[in-house]
Amino acid sequence: MPKNMLTVATRKGTFVLESDDRRDWKLRGPYCEGWPVYHAIYDPTTGEIYAAAASEWHGSAVWRSADLGETWEMSSDGLTYGDEDGRKVSKVSTLARAGDRLLVGVEAPGIFESSDNGKTWSLLSTLSGQHGSEEWDDPANQPPGHLGISGFVTEPDNSDRFFAIVQGVGAFETEDGGSSWTPRNKGLRRDWPADYEDVGFCVHKLVRSADPERLYQQNHVGMHRSDDQGRSWNEITEGLPGDFGFAAAAHPHDAETFYVIPVDGGHGRTMHDGKAAVWRTRDGGSSWQDLRQGLPQQNAHLGVLRQAMTIDSHDAPGVYFGTSTGQVFASADEGESWSEIASYLPSISSVDVAVLD
Amino acid sequence: MADVRLPGTLTPLFPGLPRRVEVEAPTVLAAIDSLEQQWPGLRDRLVAEGPTLRSHIHAYVDGERAALDTPVEERSRLDVIAAISGG
Repeated sequence: MPKNMLTVATRKGTFVLESDDRRDWKLRGPYCEGWPVYHAIYDPTTGEIYAAAASEWHGSAVWRSADLGETWEMSSDGLTYGDEDGRKVSKVSTLARAGDRLLVGVEAPGIFESSDNGKTWSLLSTLSGQHGSEEWDDPANQPPGHLGISGFVTEPDNSDRFFAIVQGVGAFETEDGGSSWTPRNKGLRRDWPADYEDVGFCVHKLVRSADPERLYQQNHVGMHRSDDQGRSWNEITEGLPGDFGFAAAAHPHDAETFYVIPVDGGHGRTMHDGKAAVWRTRDGGSSWQDLRQGLPQQNAHLGVLRQAMTIDSHDAPGVYFGTSTGQVFASADEGESWSEIASYLPSISSVDVAVLD
Repeated sequence: MADVRLPGTLTPLFPGLPRRVEVEAPTVLAAIDSLEQQWPGLRDRLVAEGPTLRSHIHAYVDGERAALDTPVEERSRLDVIAAISGG
């Protein structure tokens, strides 16, 4: 029977949850010496876990474990803009595998790559020349949270093609491995004035669906869907309790099915009315259903960040999310019912799932 | 040889790194670079771009607040402190 493994990044280190049956889970950790971890992933290419972390005292580094979290090493070799540039790597925010390269997104906005599985790093791109790039390097213009590059979406069959999200600016796509970039924000809503037509959007989460043509997006003002690989977007918010959220996950086998966790768009940014719910569409966003069975429905002021929901690859996929108050909830039946599988973790930044043979 | 005292948050990151180590170096930065030779990656944990000491890392030479270019004498004591911060 395959082992199911969740890698959970928290404000105080990385944790691992394991289960054979997706019902009973065992927790290990904390790892990474209790450093704040912003994103941790299991990489099926190498079988290693990588964790992007930034200590208040000791700076940013990428941790790696070759034995599913039992032992760890870390490196920031090359993970710098240098002494002369003026920009600083204040945080490593997000990780992704693209072919033979490991990518890490950092703040101030930039992408570093590693060809030796995280031992050494070199600067790939700062997306310089894009509209707004001069402003986003100014510390005074950085959005709250200061994630810089807040997410990647890679393409399984083409490692030269991937998206990068610049926090508070928009999504950009490269088709040549990171040398050149094109904004992919056409059709997105924004409720604020902007200097440029093609940037100035607050993209929270971009997710590839089972259909290569289709992507979903949760942003600051709405859910959106693209049916042309991100070249244009249409809003699909209607039917949700609000237009704001961070976390989102796409069904691995059904392009019409997609999950999102709406949260209050004010300063609270917790689930609406203190009642926990995951919302699911089965028809590409034409309609939405709230999934609440097993989730707390009273005084549950739960926040879920952009990397903190994921879905596994089983025929009947399991859905998982971690909260800013340290709970992990899991569903083994595509979201129909939920159970709390960890309760007292530090604030959770990301949840990643792997099915190990 | 200067007597260097390192913060407890540093030693778990580098196998074999003691809390107290002797180095021969003319400045604080040179002392850190000397430790880098034996424990690669250590400099990054104390020094940010600039170079400058990381914002929550403080150094004292013979009890006086020091910067990276502060001289270190033959018999100096160099305390590297992880500031009391966080939560």
